[in-house]
Amino acid sequence: MSLHKLTLCELQKQFQAGEVTATEIVRAYFLRIGYVEPKVKAFVTHAKESAFMEAEVLDRKLKGWRKTKPLTGMPLAIKDNICTDGVSTTCSSRMLQSFVPPYDATVIAKLRAQEYILLGKTNLDEFAMGSSTENSAFGPSRNPWNLHCVPGGSSGGSAAAVAAEECVAALGSDTGGSIRQPAAFCGVVGLKPTYGRVSRYGLVAFASSLDQIGPIARNVSDAAFLLQAIAGHDPMDSTSVDRPVPDYMKALQKRDLKTVKVGVPVEFFAEGLDPDVEQSVRAAIGELKQLGAEIKEIRLPRTDAAVAVYYVIATAEASSNLARFDGVKFGFRAKETKDLLDLYMKTRQEGFGPEVKRRIMLGTYVLSAGYYDAYYGKAQAVRTLVCQDFDAAFKEVDLIVTPATPTPLIGRAFEEETILRAAHAYEQSTKWHLKKPTIR
Amino acid sequence: MADERGASAAVFLAFLSGAAMGAVAALLLAPQAGSESRDRLRGYARRAEHDLRDLAGRAGEVFEDVVDQGKEFVETKQSVLREAFDAGREAMRRERGRTSDEGPDRTTFGLSANSQTCPVCLGLPGSLPVINRTAVEMAVRAGLALNCTIAANNRFARKNYFYPDLPKGYQISQYESPICEHGWIEVCDSSGGTTRIRIRRAHLEEDAGKNIHETGTSGSRVDLNRAGTPLLEIVTEPDMHSADEVVAYLKGLREILMYLDVCDGNMEEGSFRCEPNLSLRPSGQKEFGTKVELKNINSFKYVKDAVEYEIKRQTKVLTEGGKIRQETRLWNIERGETAVMRSKEEAHDYRYFPDPDLVPLKLDEEWIEGFRACQPELPAVRTRRFVSDYGLPDYDATILTASKGMADYFEACAERFPQPKVVSNWVMGELMRELNNSGTDIAVSPVTPERLVSLLQLVDRGVISLKVAREIFPELYSGGKVPEQIVDEKGLTQVSDEGALDQIITEVLNKNPAQVAQFKEGKQQVLGFLVGQVMKTSGGKANPGKVNELLRKKLG
Repeated sequence: MSLHKLTLCELQKQFQAGEVTATEIVRAYFLRIGYVEPKVKAFVTHAKESAFMEAEVLDRKLKGWRKTKPLTGMPLAIKDNICTDGVSTTCSSRMLQSFVPPYDATVIAKLRAQEYILLGKTNLDEFAMGSSTENSAFGPSRNPWNLHCVPGGSSGGSAAAVAAEECVAALGSDTGGSIRQPAAFCGVVGLKPTYGRVSRYGLVAFASSLDQIGPIARNVSDAAFLLQAIAGHDPMDSTSVDRPVPDYMKALQKRDLKTVKVGVPVEFFAEGLDPDVEQSVRAAIGELKQLGAEIKEIRLPRTDAAVAVYYVIATAEASSNLARFDGVKFGFRAKETKDLLDLYMKTRQEGFGPEVKRRIMLGTYVLSAGYYDAYYGKAQAVRTLVCQDFDAAFKEVDLIVTPATPTPLIGRAFEEETILRAAHAYEQSTKWHLKKPTIR
Repeated sequence: MADERGASAAVFLAFLSGAAMGAVAALLLAPQAGSESRDRLRGYARRAEHDLRDLAGRAGEVFEDVVDQGKEFVETKQSVLREAFDAGREAMRRERGRTSDEGPDRTTFGLSANSQTCPVCLGLPGSLPVINRTAVEMAVRAGLALNCTIAANNRFARKNYFYPDLPKGYQISQYESPICEHGWIEVCDSSGGTTRIRIRRAHLEEDAGKNIHETGTSGSRVDLNRAGTPLLEIVTEPDMHSADEVVAYLKGLREILMYLDVCDGNMEEGSFRCEPNLSLRPSGQKEFGTKVELKNINSFKYVKDAVEYEIKRQTKVLTEGGKIRQETRLWNIERGETAVMRSKEEAHDYRYFPDPDLVPLKLDEEWIEGFRACQPELPAVRTRRFVSDYGLPDYDATILTASKGMADYFEACAERFPQPKVVSNWVMGELMRELNNSGTDIAVSPVTPERLVSLLQLVDRGVISLKVAREIFPELYSGGKVPEQIVDEKGLTQVSDEGALDQIITEVLNKNPAQVAQFKEGKQQVLGFLVGQVMKTSGGKANPGKVNELLRKKLG
């Protein structure tokens, strides 16, 4: 069996047992990448040379004394908005085409400490703004299940790479669905951890109060395994939370869902819901019930406002976060500029793509004097109301199931283990995860 | 007539503003502009200079015109304006201390450009700020010393604007809820009394870098060494009415901050900065006039000069019937005048909003009270204590407590040598002279309190005379030796031995028979002369008390 077909947990077991070498793993993956990547276009940067070098060093080291860490030798792909020391981090933007960070994001430092192997940096919608990976300055990625379809976004490159078996698992980032939606589009498992669960230090910010790094993997156990490696408090990110990280793998051991209450929000099964989607979601809910979960109808009355709130807050924060790309210190700088203002304007005109510009303009507008209260201020107030909806719902249930692409399964804050446990039980009883795309 | 004049003045200012902004923009184009931009820059400068001269000429004409037409009117209005000027001011000071112990050295002045940076202060993509605990502590301690209310709930905000020295495109600051509010300090006024200056607010923010415009090089450069360093911006109410009061306030504030050890007070290096806001109003009017902000002032002298210049300038504009424009003006050291930097119409919309990267900062009541309980003694309180505890004259107490270093030094000595006035005389006299001559801070004085006390004890015990002590002080200051050693080496120990003194006294009496005769006739004053002669003959080593005693005995 080709190494690239193994899940993270399987590959990890073989490697730890000394049945395969890191070099064999890296060779297998670059063979696979060479074969499917021209069709899928999941990567912005390949780290072939460094991957082989790291693998060789690992193998030599392990020959002497076989002391490994959970992720030793595991070949991962990283979304290209997460800073990697010495490896370019472009955010799929012309603005950062030549940017090589001099530091590692905290999640990368954690993976490095566990001796992972970086295969490459994956494509995304520019600065994570979009949901199709079409807004990439370097061209769109394709959906491995059907190359004429998009893989979703913004972590479309990571999701496609996992689905096409170009890496064993990947990291993505999620602001408004950017892990969950492409994972759904590509038939893989994606999880947006609770805000504060994973450090954002080194994640190029889109909307600081919503951004979160999370795993994209072939099955639920793999996702749990990867989340374990990156979760935890980071003093460099004051929005990361200092509370213990549970043992996610252990949470998967419970195979039934007895004592788990699952809420089904009536607002989500509204007019406009595709009958096919509704049918399969109802079937899935039936499956959860079979597994022992108690199904309960709940209400999330402010659902309508959520997207509007998101677009005001996310763009407001983005307009400020992206101000640093001004051509002065790093990244792209326009040529032949007359004066400072011209330098700023031309650099940003030429460096940013149309979707990024739209969002910067919208965000600048909602924060402007005279409009702040009407838009940003109001959005913050409504955000609290939306949160209250969920707080109230989670007093009654442990999980919420929806027919929405990005969030089929929602759990309480900092209770990722409950989501993982339910997803794992569902996965084991349905076997959807064993289906693989044929890439052609 | 007056209206017309006002209009012409306004037109001129607008024009000047255009020229100055052009110059600034051209300077900033730095990184890529070559000789072409320098040429253009010279053009701008020449134009601005020409316009200025032209304006000066015209303004002069207008002014004379008014004087001719109605001398009385001008005089009245001027006197009204002179007594009715308000200065609101704003002082900033840079926190001492680094972002972290292992991190780069962020506060030492003059290190090579961009050598003390990190991903966070460079605003690299993906980097995140965290709140500096030490900076918050310093702000709380400063706030308490300035009699402020300390906010329990703090939120940091982003102030958005583009500028090359601002790495993130926004500055982290406090907007709606500053950490300190509603305080005051007392400062000496010109009549010798004290006046209270109210503090409106003091908020924490981060410093920007520096744009460097060097002549003879192509373009401008950006130095980000100090970017991200914490600053406390202290804003007063409009409570100052003259340049002298502004300087008195600044000196008082600086002293407090230095006493608290939260700022080294260095204005030239930018640790302590000041941006006076100034407006005039006719006496009796309640509303303040339009205010002008002054920047680029880096010494107390320039504060005084700039404020005085600006009072004169605004007085002139108003007496001529013109209007003051709300604007920021730069103090030009060479010219000794202020010039427009930007006007209100060009003001930014900073789009303040809460920084989502920094969680709200809650200050524990007990934590704040802990700082209140261990506040160091502030200058004014210490001055009073020096008078009451040491019995020093007001004058001595004021001088000794003017700096924390000097007050600490005095107390270290007074503790070991309980004659406070003697210590005070030596600290204010010999020691200050040497320190001033060598430009040394008293904290690192080569004559430590211990050594000064040894010297004073030698005098007190009669081992050396006061005169000898004064003479050897410079050597004590520069030599690195203890007083006893100097005295020994030079053989300066006082001669108190009666046999040795007797010999000298006999010699002196033989040489001065006339004076001896005068003394015997009852002229007591002659004794002083004879003592002097004995001292001189002994090379200053004789113990004057002993000489006196022996002389009287001999002369019967």
